[in-house]
Amino acid sequence: MRTTISVENGDTLAAVRGLLRQLLEAEVVDALLVPMETPSGTITPALVADPDLLNAANPLAPVMGLNAAHVAGQVSVREPRGRIGVVLRPCELRALVELVKLKQASLDDVVTIGVDCLGTYDVPVYNAMRAGPGQAALDVAALLATAQSGELAPQEGYTFRDACQMCEKPHVAEADIVLELFGADLAAGIPVSLSDEVAEKMGMDGVEAERNQVIEKEPGLKRAEVLEKVVAARTQVRDARFAEMRQRLDREGVEGVFAACVRCHNCMTVCPICYCKTCLFKSPIFDHEPMQYMNWAQRKGAYRLPADTTLFHLTRLNHMVLSCVGCGMCTSSCPAELPVGQVFRAIGQQVQETFDYVPGRSVEEPLPMVTFHEDEWMEMGEG
Amino acid sequence: MTDSFEPKIVAFLCNWCTYTGADLAGTSRIQYPPNVRIIRLMCSSSVDPTYVLKPLLDGADGVLIGGCHPGDCHYQSGNYKARRRIIALKEILKNAGFDEDRVWLRWISASEGGRFAETVTQMTEAMKEKGPNPMRREWAV
Repeated sequence: MRTTISVENGDTLAAVRGLLRQLLEAEVVDALLVPMETPSGTITPALVADPDLLNAANPLAPVMGLNAAHVAGQVSVREPRGRIGVVLRPCELRALVELVKLKQASLDDVVTIGVDCLGTYDVPVYNAMRAGPGQAALDVAALLATAQSGELAPQEGYTFRDACQMCEKPHVAEADIVLELFGADLAAGIPVSLSDEVAEKMGMDGVEAERNQVIEKEPGLKRAEVLEKVVAARTQVRDARFAEMRQRLDREGVEGVFAACVRCHNCMTVCPICYCKTCLFKSPIFDHEPMQYMNWAQRKGAYRLPADTTLFHLTRLNHMVLSCVGCGMCTSSCPAELPVGQVFRAIGQQVQETFDYVPGRSVEEPLPMVTFHEDEWMEMGEG
Repeated sequence: MTDSFEPKIVAFLCNWCTYTGADLAGTSRIQYPPNVRIIRLMCSSSVDPTYVLKPLLDGADGVLIGGCHPGDCHYQSGNYKARRRIIALKEILKNAGFDEDRVWLRWISASEGGRFAETVTQMTEAMKEKGPNPMRREWAV
């Protein structure tokens, strides 16, 4: 069912907190995994069991310090545990779907709460904005106001994360509860769609739905309309970046693009898909014997150190790119500011198309590498 | 390339079919070029992409993966999974600026000693045609 949550005094965040509070108080879930504002103003996910603490919840803060699908997996993957609600961005929801298929998360007794995303800043940018000259520069209300027209833009003088600039999936495709920001006047109300099961548990009966129907119909249409515009604009940016990156890869090769890599493994650590407890690249396999380096140096004339940087990226591409949801945390975390996400998305698009696979689309769709058809690619191997 | 160029090919062969096929080529005294270095694995599906990438980046001129014919896998479906993995690998190599035709996947059964020898001959010729893997001299990898 769909309804609109009214916003008092233009305080959209308070209305969101109210909805979250209702989820805990109506005992729809026992705890909520939600972005929280620490006393110092930093945003971090927390598993919140006490409804009173939800006055620090802030799912609207335009900052992304991690892809929370990873922690959503940690708190959900095994029983016993209580019922959990997870408040996630679209790219986090997509990553969660992949993690479920990789058996690193579970959706049993989990209520997913998706929030349309208007764009996020990197943590240092967000901190700079909060500490802006005189009055803090961060103006979340202004950002929320862009949802109505779909003319998404960062605040003047700042830029969104690289991945957000080319994100063509900023909307929640599927969740038990969806906060439909696009097309809405968020200073007046937040259109929300809920699964019937959750609506019933929350005591949102048909009467209320009917009452809201008048206001509800229009935003529904408006959302689709505004989304179309947003997606078109973002797709254009994405395609331009992909084209540029493909040219660069043709010209310099992947080893050229990643030439400054020091193999710190940040991209792997923050990647929501890279779940291996002990990555091959953190194992002693890559602690080569000194004589081995000498052999390589003598064979090639010189040998780049640290070794195996290109191998690391190519291997990671092979291991995870089919599930890459484009959250771009890899780019955000790279100390050398390498365009990791652009490379992975540009190459990932081709590989995903080969297998007709869309990461994050459905938990029903098997991962391409764990399934097969006997009668596919019959020419392969025949030579 | 000059005739003196002898390509180096790293081959990952499954224990049950292709390795046994290679063995048959040997015991049948079928001649094939000595350019191939064989590594035996239990199944073509145990070839992690890293195994293929490491020799390529260090300058091997080609990598051959040999498995059982579709339907004949000792482990029922290993070769079907290997097929998907190699397809993904080649797609990634192509898009990352490498020559994906340096990676060959071939189904060769235990009784196909002749086919193994032919494959190695063909691949050696093809890699000669291509010339040395540029990674052979590329230190900044």
